[in-house]
Amino acid sequence: MIKRIGASPLLWPALALIALLAVNVVLTPTFLSIRVQDGHLFGSLIDILRNGAPTMLVALGMTLVIASRGIDLSVGAVVAVSGALACAHIAASADPASAATVITAMGIATGAAVGLGLWNGMLVSVFGVQPIIATLVLMTAGRGIALFITDGQIVTTVSAPFKILGAGFAFGLPVAILVSLAVFALVGLLTRRTALGMLLESVGINPIASRLAGVRYRTIVFAVYVFSALCAGIAGLMIASNISAADANNAGLWIELDAILAVVIGGTSLLGGRFSLTGTILGALIIQTLTTTVYTAGITPELTLVFKALVVIAVCLLQAPKFRALLSRKRRPPTHVTPASDAPVQSLSVPVPSTSAMVTK
Amino acid sequence: MTAPLSGPSDAPVVDMKDVTIDFPGVKALDGVDFRLLPGEVHALMGENGAGKSTLIKALTGVYDIDSGSITVGGSEQRFSGPRQAQDAGISTVYQEVNLCPNLTVAENILLGREPRRFGRIDYRAMNRRAKELLGQLELTIDPSSTLGDHPIAIQQLVAIARATAISARVLILDEPTSSLDADEVAELFRVMRRLRDGGTAILFVSHFLDQVYEISDRMTVLRNGRLVGEYPTATLDRVKLIAAMLGHELDLLEEIADTVAKSGPHAGEPVLSAKGIGRKPRVHPMDVDVHRGEVVGLAGLLGSGRTELARLLFGADRPTSGQTEVNGKPTTIRSPRAAIAKGFAFSSEDRKAEGIIGELSVRDNLVLALQARRGFARPLSKKTKDDLVHRYMEALDVRPRNPGTLVKNLSGGNQQKVLLARWLITDPQLIILDEPTRGIDVGAKAQIQKLVADLAADGMGVVFISAELDEVSRISDRIIVLRDGHCIAQVGTDCTVKELTALIAAGAQS
Repeated sequence: MIKRIGASPLLWPALALIALLAVNVVLTPTFLSIRVQDGHLFGSLIDILRNGAPTMLVALGMTLVIASRGIDLSVGAVVAVSGALACAHIAASADPASAATVITAMGIATGAAVGLGLWNGMLVSVFGVQPIIATLVLMTAGRGIALFITDGQIVTTVSAPFKILGAGFAFGLPVAILVSLAVFALVGLLTRRTALGMLLESVGINPIASRLAGVRYRTIVFAVYVFSALCAGIAGLMIASNISAADANNAGLWIELDAILAVVIGGTSLLGGRFSLTGTILGALIIQTLTTTVYTAGITPELTLVFKALVVIAVCLLQAPKFRALLSRKRRPPTHVTPASDAPVQSLSVPVPSTSAMVTK
Repeated sequence: MTAPLSGPSDAPVVDMKDVTIDFPGVKALDGVDFRLLPGEVHALMGENGAGKSTLIKALTGVYDIDSGSITVGGSEQRFSGPRQAQDAGISTVYQEVNLCPNLTVAENILLGREPRRFGRIDYRAMNRRAKELLGQLELTIDPSSTLGDHPIAIQQLVAIARATAISARVLILDEPTSSLDADEVAELFRVMRRLRDGGTAILFVSHFLDQVYEISDRMTVLRNGRLVGEYPTATLDRVKLIAAMLGHELDLLEEIADTVAKSGPHAGEPVLSAKGIGRKPRVHPMDVDVHRGEVVGLAGLLGSGRTELARLLFGADRPTSGQTEVNGKPTTIRSPRAAIAKGFAFSSEDRKAEGIIGELSVRDNLVLALQARRGFARPLSKKTKDDLVHRYMEALDVRPRNPGTLVKNLSGGNQQKVLLARWLITDPQLIILDEPTRGIDVGAKAQIQKLVADLAADGMGVVFISAELDEVSRISDRIIVLRDGHCIAQVGTDCTVKELTALIAAGAQS
C-alpha cells in the first residue's frame, strides 16, 4: 500500500502543496482560518481558489493539448479577446445590467473562442503545422485583435449580472472556482468514463500507429485545440468579470506559461501521452499558492519570480526519474521483463471473438 | 561447459568471467563466461530475453556488473560508462544507426576528433582522412556528401568506418542486417571480413541464421541469462544450434507444413480483389486477389514494393490507380479507418514506430483497434475488456501474463503477439502482415507462423510479407513475386525456395 502511494505520480505535487500551505501557516497563523460573512466564505484559502480558477481552467484545456503531443501558446491571447468582446458588447448595449445582454455577451465571447480554437486545430491537424508555431501565430495576433476590439482602451462595464462569474458567490463559494471544478469533473468523466482518454493518450504517444489502428487522429487533435480555446474563453470572461473591465494588454498575460507549468508540475509529460487532470489541478493550486505566499510572506516584488522559479524547479526535479534515481542511489535502468522460455513452445489458438463486443457499423 | 578450442591461439582480447547482472526480480546474466579472440567474427546467439543485449550492455559500459570480471586487452576493466568502454577500444554499431544524419559523411566519421588548423576545423584534411579510412574498407562514398542522403546500409558502413577511425580493437554489431537487402548484406560482410583479417574482433548479433553461418567463426549461445556453450561454427549445425537456443526440440515447423497441406488449394470467395492497383512511382499497376482461407505471400527484395503494396491495400497510402472490390462490391478505401470498417487489419513491419503504443499497457494496446472502431462514446465495459484481454493473452501466449505491463517493456516477440491480438480482437476477414516475424526469437516465430496457417484454415484471408523466402514459401498458398514495383510472377505452392530465389534474382539482374 505504502509502495503504491510512493509510486503515484501525484505524490510530489501533493506534498509540495502541503509544504507550501504549511509555510504559510507558519508565516500567517490565521492562514487556514475561514470565516463566514454574509453567508459567503472568506479567507486566504478561498482567495487562492478564486484567483486560481482561471489558470486552473486554462490548464485543464492545456493538459489535453499537451497529451496530444501539442502545445497551445495562444490561450493568453484568447483570454484577452474573449474579455474584450464581452465587455465591448456590454458597454455598447442599451441595458448593460440586463441578464439578456450579459448572456449574449458571453455567447459572443465563447463563440469567438471556439472559432479561434478551430483555427488552431485546423493549422495543426489539417495542415500539419507544428503546434508551437501554429499557436504562436494566434498568441501574437490575438492580442492585436483584442486591442482592435477595445480601441486600445480599457473598457469598463457596470453590470451586476456580469460580475457574478468572476466575483460572485454561490453555495458560499466563489462562482469562478465552482465553474472550474465543474469543468474539471466534466472533462474527467468525459476522458475516463469513455474511451476518449485512452484514444487521446494513444494519439499523443504514437500518432502513426494510432492512425493505422483506426483512431480518428485528426478529429481528436482538432477537438483538443477547440476545447483549450473554449476553456481560455471562459477564463477570459472570469478575469474580465472579476475586475469589471477588459484590459487587452494585460488580461491573461503569461497565463499560457502558468498553465503549461501547472500541467508539468502535475506530472503530464510535455512529450505527450499519459496525462493527469488531478495533477494539473494540483499544479495550478501550487502556482496560485506560491503567488499568494509571496505576497503574505512580504517577499519583495523583485524576488517574486525568482522565488517562484525555485519552487517550480524543486517540484520538477523531484519528478524527474533520473534525479529520483540519484536520490535513492540506484543507478539501474528499468529492466525488461524476461519471459520464462523454458516452457515448451505452445501452439497458439484463436478464440472465437465474443459477438457482444463486436457490434459495430 | 566451454569446450576447448582449436583455432587462433592468441590471448582473448575480451575475457568476461562469471559475469552476473541482477535486475529486480530477474537475473539477466547469471555467471556467464564470454571470450572474444582477435581476428574472429563471433556470433552471440539466443532467444529474445536470453541475455544477449544485457551482455553487450555490460561490455559497452551501459550496465554495471554485479559480480565477475571483464578483462579487455589483458587489463581488468571496471566500466562506469560507455565512454570508458570506448576508450578501451570497444566500439558499437547499433541497429538504429546513431550518427548525425544532417552532417557530412566525413564529419560523422571524425566527429570529436576533427583535424584542426589555426584552431578551426580543416575540412580538406578531414575529407582526405575520411576518404582514406573509407578506402581502407574499400568503400567509395563521397566524404563531403550528407549522411542522411544515403540509405541505411551505407550509413551503417559509415558507422563502422567511424569505429575504425577510433581504432577499435573490438567491434560490436547488434542486428546490423535487419534492414538491409541481400546486396547490402554482402557488402557489409565484405567489410567485416576485411576488418577481421586486420585483427579486429567482431561480435555479431543477428536473427538470420543463414547470415550467422555465413560470417561467423565461432558462436556463444545463451539461454535465460546462462551460458549454454561456446562452439566453433563449423561444428554446430542448425538443428543443434536451435536446440541449444531453445532447450527443447521444435516440431511446430513440421506441423505448419501439415496445416498448409491439409487446407489445400482454396476455392473460397474473393475477400479482396484489386484491379490495376498502384501508386506512382513505387508501385506499378497490378492485380491482387485474396480469397477466404488463402495465404497470399508477397516476395521480393527490400524496395521491391512489397510494403508499399500492402499499405495501398489497407488505405494507409492512397492508390493513384486501380479499382478495388471487397466481397464482390466495388469499394474505395481511402484511409485505414475505411479499411478497418471493411474488416481489414494491417500489422506494419515497423513494430515500434507504427505498431505498438509503447507507453500504454498491454490491455489498452489490445483493445485499441476495436475501441477505435466503436468510437470513444461507446467504451468497452471493464468486464468485456478484461475478458477479451485475458482470452487473447492466453491464446497467443503473451508473456508476462500481466495486462497492466507497459507494452514497451515486452520483448519483441511478445509485442508482435500483442499487435496480432489487437487485430484478431476486431475479428477481421482479411489480415495483412508485413514482416510479422522480423527480429523475434525462434520460438515466437514458429508460434506466429502456425497461427497464420490456422487463421487461414478458419477462413480468414491473409497477405503475408517476409524477407525470408523459406518462410514465405512455407506459409503461402500463392506467392506474388515483386521486383522494382512490378508484379513479375504469381506462383503456387509447388514453387520451391530455390525457384523463388531464382525468380527474384533473375529479376534483379535484368
